Amino acid sequence: MGNHIEITADNAKANLEVFSSTLQELAENDRDILAVTSDSRGSGKLVPFAKKYPKQIIEVGIAEQVLVGVAAGLASTGKKTFAVSPACFLAARSFEQIKNDVAYSDNPVKLIGISAGVSYGALGSTHHSLHDYAALRAINNLIIVAPADNFETEQAIRQASQINKPFYLRFGKKPMPLLTEDKENTFEFGKGRVIAKGKDLAIIATGETVYPALQAAKKLKEEHNIEATVVSMHTIKPLDYNLLKSLSNEVGAIITVEEHSVYGGLGEACASFLLENQFHKPFKIVGIPDEYTVTGSQTEILNHYGISEDGLTETALQLIKKL
Amino acid sequence: MNQNLLIEKSNQYRQKILKYIVGANAGHTGGSLSSIDIINVLYNEVLNVSPETFASPDRDRYIQSKGHCVEALFVVLADVGFFPEDDLNSLCKYKSHYIGHPTRKIKGVEQNTGALGHGLPLAVGTAIAAKLDDKDYRVFTLLGDGELPEGSNWEAALTGAHYKLDNLCAIIDKNTLQISGPTADVCNTDPVDTKFESFGWAVKHVNGNDVKALQEAFASLPFEKGKPNLIIAHTVKGKGVSFMENQLNWHHGVPNKEQYAQAIEELTAAANK
Repeated sequence: MGNHIEITADNAKANLEVFSSTLQELAENDRDILAVTSDSRGSGKLVPFAKKYPKQIIEVGIAEQVLVGVAAGLASTGKKTFAVSPACFLAARSFEQIKNDVAYSDNPVKLIGISAGVSYGALGSTHHSLHDYAALRAINNLIIVAPADNFETEQAIRQASQINKPFYLRFGKKPMPLLTEDKENTFEFGKGRVIAKGKDLAIIATGETVYPALQAAKKLKEEHNIEATVVSMHTIKPLDYNLLKSLSNEVGAIITVEEHSVYGGLGEACASFLLENQFHKPFKIVGIPDEYTVTGSQTEILNHYGISEDGLTETALQLIKKL
Repeated sequence: MNQNLLIEKSNQYRQKILKYIVGANAGHTGGSLSSIDIINVLYNEVLNVSPETFASPDRDRYIQSKGHCVEALFVVLADVGFFPEDDLNSLCKYKSHYIGHPTRKIKGVEQNTGALGHGLPLAVGTAIAAKLDDKDYRVFTLLGDGELPEGSNWEAALTGAHYKLDNLCAIIDKNTLQISGPTADVCNTDPVDTKFESFGWAVKHVNGNDVKALQEAFASLPFEKGKPNLIIAHTVKGKGVSFMENQLNWHHGVPNKEQYAQAIEELTAAANK
């Protein structure tokens, strides 16, 4: 860790692929591992899983309410149940099942929101999940996680399978470079990972937006001599308040970044904590504004709204000017 | 348990339901009285579950989808020893765990319910787990006829048939009234039997306020190998109290002092017959 920022792009896989291969490995040694799908085995990269462990996949068809209800019933018997569906449907169509059957009844289902955020790009708003953090944060007894890279995804799936609590994990389907090769930079739910350290500002990002944040930090250092801390805040709930508190003292400004509406997500979660803890420095939430997104690929949409190396660099420069 | 004893228990349960609804000044009177014979027969005759075996992975499961009729469930759970009946004096009181819907904070309750259309999907998942593990336990869920329009029920009806869950038994408490009127007028779901049959379920009709008929229906499970079971239990909302029977205003009406006295008098007279 330090000012030297290295991004490893070799062998980058989609977090989705890491999820499916990790789940398959876990299933090999544990017959209680189950995937429950809503015609989503293809989009969830679970076809090899289904072929290898046909008794460990429960297909319910395109029916997200029963997907989550059935998963909760299975989990109540001790099955390590992963309910896999596109995040846009999982966090909306089955919202009441998540609230009641999973969280309230404390059935430890792992809800896997695939192709999250604007992964589906030009397919449009029906297929975007820009509401899931906001909606699910208000539900008690649900851990919300957006892993940034392949390492975080593998760790999140492995560790969640061992924790007898409800989880919502979401990720996309584009290849994600490794954020760091520092083996001591471990993954633990509820603890943000500091990927780079700098005194001028902190960029707190979650999920696949950590990567452009790290790229921006590199550019800020190289072209503007601005030193940025970059945090992968993979666990959106419970939020790492200790890290936020120390960052609020250490840096001159804070930017949050998420592939989500600017309403109700990581940014507002950080803002409310910081405001209640006397943080009175420049602060900016970067996400998707309250509008139906511009048409485009995922990359085009994210670039359009400044969730990119250049966009975040520009936001940081604007914010620093306010110092 | 012999039928006379079951009939006696139903009568006692009805009196207790009214007692605790009056104590709480809240509750779902009509539906608790319509469904009590079903819950009575399940816990005293059918279910392989007791306070001692409640943690066993092999126990039978009962999930009450029509969670609002929690008073009926609670008086039976207390009677079979899950908790002291005196606990029910705190029903719906400040800081009580005994809220107006089933919650797993109370021993004996399998799932937190209350929102309608949730019991059947949960029961389907639980029954699939039994099949996967080659276990013999059975899963029962009680639905109200008024909750049938919830789409999740029909998703679960498909899934239950797809997985050939003959270890699953859904019971519909068909008392034909819901909060805003006769169920047939609010959203007609009849004929329920042929709908479920066309989904691949084996269906039986039964008088849901007749313990003997209920005993016989449960004893004949599974109705058909490889098919989930549905018992359409024809019941009377407010059953057992003359002025409550088939009266919409007793959906969640709470008896006043005089009404309560009259209801207990009627039930006591019926018990002494």
